[in-house]
Amino acid sequence: MSAITTGSALIETGESPTRRALRKFLRHRLAMFGLAVVVCFVFAAILAPWIAPHDPLATSWARIRQAPSWAHPFGTDENGRDVLSRVLWGARASLMAGVVAVGFAAFIGVPIGLLAGLGGKWVDMLISRVADAMLSVPFLILAIALAAFLGPALENAMLAIAVSISPVFVRLARGLALDAKSTDWAEAARALGNPPWRVGLFHVLPNILPSLLVQSTLAIAEAIIAEASLSFLGLGQQPPNPSWGSMLNAAQRFMDTAPWLAIFPGLAIFLVVLAFNLVGDGLRDALDPRSQVGGR
Amino acid sequence: MTSFLLRRLGQIIPTLFVVSLLVFGLQQLMPGDPALILAGEERGDPRVLAEIRSQLMLDRPLWEQYGHWLWRLLHGDFGFSWRIQMPVADLIMEKLPVTAQLAMMSFIIGAVIGVPCGVLSAVWRDRPADWAINGVALFGISTPNFWLGIMLILLFSVNLGWLPPSGYVPLWEDPWQSLATTIMPAFVLGTGVASVLMRHTRAAMLTALSQDYVRTARAKGVPERLVVAKHALRNALIPVVTLGTIEFGRLLAGAVLTEQIFTIPGFGKLVVDAVFNRDYPVVQGVVLATALIFVLLSLLADVLYMLVNPRLRAAS
Repeated sequence: MSAITTGSALIETGESPTRRALRKFLRHRLAMFGLAVVVCFVFAAILAPWIAPHDPLATSWARIRQAPSWAHPFGTDENGRDVLSRVLWGARASLMAGVVAVGFAAFIGVPIGLLAGLGGKWVDMLISRVADAMLSVPFLILAIALAAFLGPALENAMLAIAVSISPVFVRLARGLALDAKSTDWAEAARALGNPPWRVGLFHVLPNILPSLLVQSTLAIAEAIIAEASLSFLGLGQQPPNPSWGSMLNAAQRFMDTAPWLAIFPGLAIFLVVLAFNLVGDGLRDALDPRSQVGGR
Repeated sequence: MTSFLLRRLGQIIPTLFVVSLLVFGLQQLMPGDPALILAGEERGDPRVLAEIRSQLMLDRPLWEQYGHWLWRLLHGDFGFSWRIQMPVADLIMEKLPVTAQLAMMSFIIGAVIGVPCGVLSAVWRDRPADWAINGVALFGISTPNFWLGIMLILLFSVNLGWLPPSGYVPLWEDPWQSLATTIMPAFVLGTGVASVLMRHTRAAMLTALSQDYVRTARAKGVPERLVVAKHALRNALIPVVTLGTIEFGRLLAGAVLTEQIFTIPGFGKLVVDAVFNRDYPVVQGVVLATALIFVLLSLLADVLYMLVNPRLRAAS
């Protein structure tokens, strides 16, 4: 169905597919809302040193676990630190972990997936078995195990998340490359005498970019939750540096007396993950009309 | 059926072999000498270190270590916990029933909410009810499990005092108390399952409702309620059953943080405690066990897919 509508839209308006996708995306109200939230968080992360009202590390025995007030809109924590400032600074760890981990996963996963799809039968078998093996361990358990062995540090957590999420990109790129390999234009590119790597890099990759973009956006949402989970377990950002996951862990001990400690960092995770999911869904609707609604 | 099973086994065995290589490889990532960690107070004594090294075969070449490790693995020996002084396999078998109960309850909650919502949102496609259900599902997917758990404890245990915030009572000791201690974590995990099942059910129902047999049923005057329930749903459930089986496997991962928050002594808590205590053999054993469970569940999913789909049964 989509192929026909795409074709006729093209004939009617003379619009390029990219422009059409962009127009569809910009008109997608939920995706625009998500994008606005993402942009806000990105600004919060970059501008944290200037917009945070207090030093996120400054402890004060006079201000321990104070309820939200004008001076401290999100309250203060068990060491008298300003929670709002810590949430703003925490956006750095979260967004950086999400973007860097997914970027790295795509950077290693996509070429390997293309190799599997376009290379020979044995290469494909080898790569597919390794990807299957990694996918047979649930994402979060693999990330926790890797982070545990690498040692607690934000960089190690990012590496663990990147490695755990990379087989998703391997499998996606492989599937798309296999699809693309059998199309007429790939055939034509081969017939013109292009070596396989050229076909892969200049002909197949640009055609599968839309799907990769959708997958990456949704993967960032997952990676942010994973970073928060690892930090919650003490495997991510190390204290006293703020991260949403470790703030939630500390908050557990004061739930009856200081619930705001648990509410605000969690709300931040929820909002940013929701925003990335909305953008991802919007991109999928705009770029990839054939795709079905899937799971996480 | 037999040939299909054999083919699937032919895929599973290499996959599990690669899993074993990866899990063994985890050790190599460790910064520092495991012997030093194990020796503890006696790390200054070279004789103790040498003894530990020869016990763990750390003084042998890597391939020999792996071969030995794999051989014991094939005999059901998942290693020995460094901290609890118990075989890892026993530890896992001890904790798994707790998580199985939790997973079962979560799955029931997820299916009871997710499947009907998916059907309704497909039937009422692009109407307010569809948007509302999709919106709730998106919230369900975007909320981190552990935060939802903390919020539920805040509401039902701290503020209302209706449910115990933590702990676990086995089902056979006191069924009511057991339900009271597991209902919140099961709900936390269930919301995730519900969101995913809802999306799958909706997609499958939309496909089924556009099929020719549905048009035929409508044309011959079958009431819409029966068309949805009998003709469309029964076909739409085929992919949902298999995806549901995989989702059940993913509950194991979800259980990690949820059990930690509600201090439920299951599989997930075992992982977290092992990470905290640097009990590396347990971490490895747990990764192996989850991979094994996951692979078996996806095999089960394929078999179920064959069983509930008469067309495939005939074809094989």
